[in-house]
Amino acid sequence: MLNPGQGRGPDSAGVAGGVSSNSDPFPAGLRVLVVDDDPTCLMILERMLRTCLYRVTKCNRAELALSLLRQNKNGFDIVISDVHMPDMDGFKLLEHVGLEMDLPVIMMSADDSKAVVLKGVTHGAVDYLIKPVRIEALKNIWQHVVRKKRNEWNVSEHSGSVEETTGERQQQRDDGGDNNSSSANNEGSWRSSRKRKEGEVDEQGDDKEDTSSLKKPRVVWSVELHQQFVAAVNQLGVDKAVPKKILEMMNVPGLTRENVASHLQKYRIYLRRLGGVSQHQGNMNHSFMTGQDPSFSPLSTLNGFDLQALAAAGQLPAQSLAQLQAAGLARPSSLAKPGISVDQRGIFSFESPKIRHGQQMMMNSGGGGGNKQMNLLHGVPMGMEPRQFAGGGHMRLQQQMSGGGRVAGQNVQSSGMMMPVGGGTSMLQSLGQQQQQVMLSSSVPRRSELTESSSSCRVLPAAPTHSVVFNNFSSELPRNSFPLASAPGISVSYQEEVNSSDAKGVTATTTTAGFGNPSYDIFNDYPQHNSNDWDLQNIGMVFNSHQDTTAASSAAFSCSSSTQRKRAEQVQNHHQQQHLPSQSLNQLNGGGSVRVKSERVAETVTCPPATTLFQEQYNQEDLMSALLKQEGLPLVDNEFDFDGYSIDNIPV
Amino acid sequence: MQRQVALIKKSLFDQGYLDEQFMELEELQDDANPNFVEEVATLYFKDSIRLINSIDQALERGSFDFNRLDNYMHQFKGSSTSIGASKVKTECTMFREYCRVGNAEGCLRIFQQVKKEHATLRKKLEHYFQLARQAGPKETARRSK
Repeated sequence: MLNPGQGRGPDSAGVAGGVSSNSDPFPAGLRVLVVDDDPTCLMILERMLRTCLYRVTKCNRAELALSLLRQNKNGFDIVISDVHMPDMDGFKLLEHVGLEMDLPVIMMSADDSKAVVLKGVTHGAVDYLIKPVRIEALKNIWQHVVRKKRNEWNVSEHSGSVEETTGERQQQRDDGGDNNSSSANNEGSWRSSRKRKEGEVDEQGDDKEDTSSLKKPRVVWSVELHQQFVAAVNQLGVDKAVPKKILEMMNVPGLTRENVASHLQKYRIYLRRLGGVSQHQGNMNHSFMTGQDPSFSPLSTLNGFDLQALAAAGQLPAQSLAQLQAAGLARPSSLAKPGISVDQRGIFSFESPKIRHGQQMMMNSGGGGGNKQMNLLHGVPMGMEPRQFAGGGHMRLQQQMSGGGRVAGQNVQSSGMMMPVGGGTSMLQSLGQQQQQVMLSSSVPRRSELTESSSSCRVLPAAPTHSVVFNNFSSELPRNSFPLASAPGISVSYQEEVNSSDAKGVTATTTTAGFGNPSYDIFNDYPQHNSNDWDLQNIGMVFNSHQDTTAASSAAFSCSSSTQRKRAEQVQNHHQQQHLPSQSLNQLNGGGSVRVKSERVAETVTCPPATTLFQEQYNQEDLMSALLKQEGLPLVDNEFDFDGYSIDNIPV
Repeated sequence: MQRQVALIKKSLFDQGYLDEQFMELEELQDDANPNFVEEVATLYFKDSIRLINSIDQALERGSFDFNRLDNYMHQFKGSSTSIGASKVKTECTMFREYCRVGNAEGCLRIFQQVKKEHATLRKKLEHYFQLARQAGPKETARRSK
């Protein structure tokens, strides 16, 4: 307890006379933003935080808090927010902060019901405090800041190097080692790291990313930002767009060339995927991945068609479809937001910066649209939200996943294979938004990527949903995605595809199979490399999105697993009928197994009674069961055993 | 004088008007913030009056929007908990329970209790703070062991 006798001033940065447990001045000066509409609580919290020697800014309105954070992106280290606020739901704020600023957020409430706490977890809160908050609880909040920074550092190191060496996939593995040391060092000097980060952000056109600069600020590609990006790219011409020019055209302060470069990579992958899907037959051969394309293109095309067909056929759960559409269209506040955030992330993360293989799809409005669609997906799986993506969840998961996901992402990049999974998903997401079509298959986008067809964004509609779904899902299954390093991400995405596709009857499942193989191989490569190429942040996001999507898709499409399986089979059969080179067949087979697994996973995921309104389910005690189920997923994922896919199988 | 203050405070605790949270607040008080607890309490009463009025109005309307009532009460309960208003908090919890089951009459009845406890606490604390100020800041700042 604090000794009242100690004349501890509010902002005394020095060590508090030995009473405080931290004689180490490290946590002192932590910049906390506390948001609560209750003035009494606000006052008490402020006082407590000051006693902890933190620098406190208090705010009684969420909107105000957001604008404060936006104005000063690096002005705070952590946010503490109440759940129930009149002007904005605390969870929404949580999502926003996670997406836009990527700061750790602690939720608090007098409400200690399990459902709400779980919601906090799934939305990505790093902690949940029950009111009345005691000062002891606040004393240790700095751990969340450190933890987050550590994750970022690990990621940024990888991504930094990756970004720098465009086209070099297998990059600095050793960065991982550096990360560890630096993160350790930074722990003690998080402030200086922060400053460094700020400095980095301001750097523009600085191609050389200092991998040792752990505090790479994470750029969140908001819808607006992405649209700006897309506009710039279109103006320059997708093939001719170079990050430097794009950066100039966008004219966004604080955005670095590296940010744009990695984003551009993802975007290109996404476009490629889209192109493959729409063209489906002709484009298939564009695939830079010889083996992969065949498998993908048919899938992609299928996806595109399937979606519509499915929708028409009502295969898609009417509700989910409606929900998705409603979500996408209406942009429900809660739903849309998470979705959006996820989309953005997913999109960006998926666009593996390194995927340079001429994958350039013209994705004109994919980015923007996709985002919207993402929302759709998110909206649908809202039920899942508690567990999954809930925007915040994404964020947090992404963070965590970023470690894992990033690796995966990197792997993909290094292998030079399209990141169908990653990219596709993200692409899909963005596409989804535009078209606001209930997802169909994120797999579609993926496929298009593989096939490298320059298809239009038509396919997008389907994709986005998936991607979104995946994102949502991924958040739920951080474990799932990560265990396999790159594979997990992919597997997750595939699962999602399976799940989602099942719902839509899209051939996504099959596609995934096809995808799975090549991508898995790629990923396998990455884990070793620690895919530096990939922008860690992005990757993390990608995976998160993947996961989320998966979850979301699973939830959203909680079609009976049997249905899904059936569809998958249909798809697979269909797929096989198509011209699939032997390689692809093999891949398919491999993928098929993967697919099956994914289905299984999907099943697991969709275990909750197939109600389109997952939300409802989750709000109840099903949340726990759902959560548990999710936890079961990682096990399933492991079954995928991506490592089993030898690189040789992938016709690179 | 100081002993009187201490006794009053002790009785508040013993009678259940205040709980440990109040003690937490006292811990936060120090030389730099000698009147912290009183400031918080003042703020609490000012803000909670607003909430009480809102609930009163909502109840008078007779429409019994339980969700809305519960929202108000959630806020009110949160505040009360923060300063350690134990009895008030108990009544709030009951009120929310009535809201949950949609018992309008129960809500009305309990709300009267809420208001009563709230008023009682206010009086007692005002008295306490007054004495404490007279007794001297050092004494009030000291944590009651």
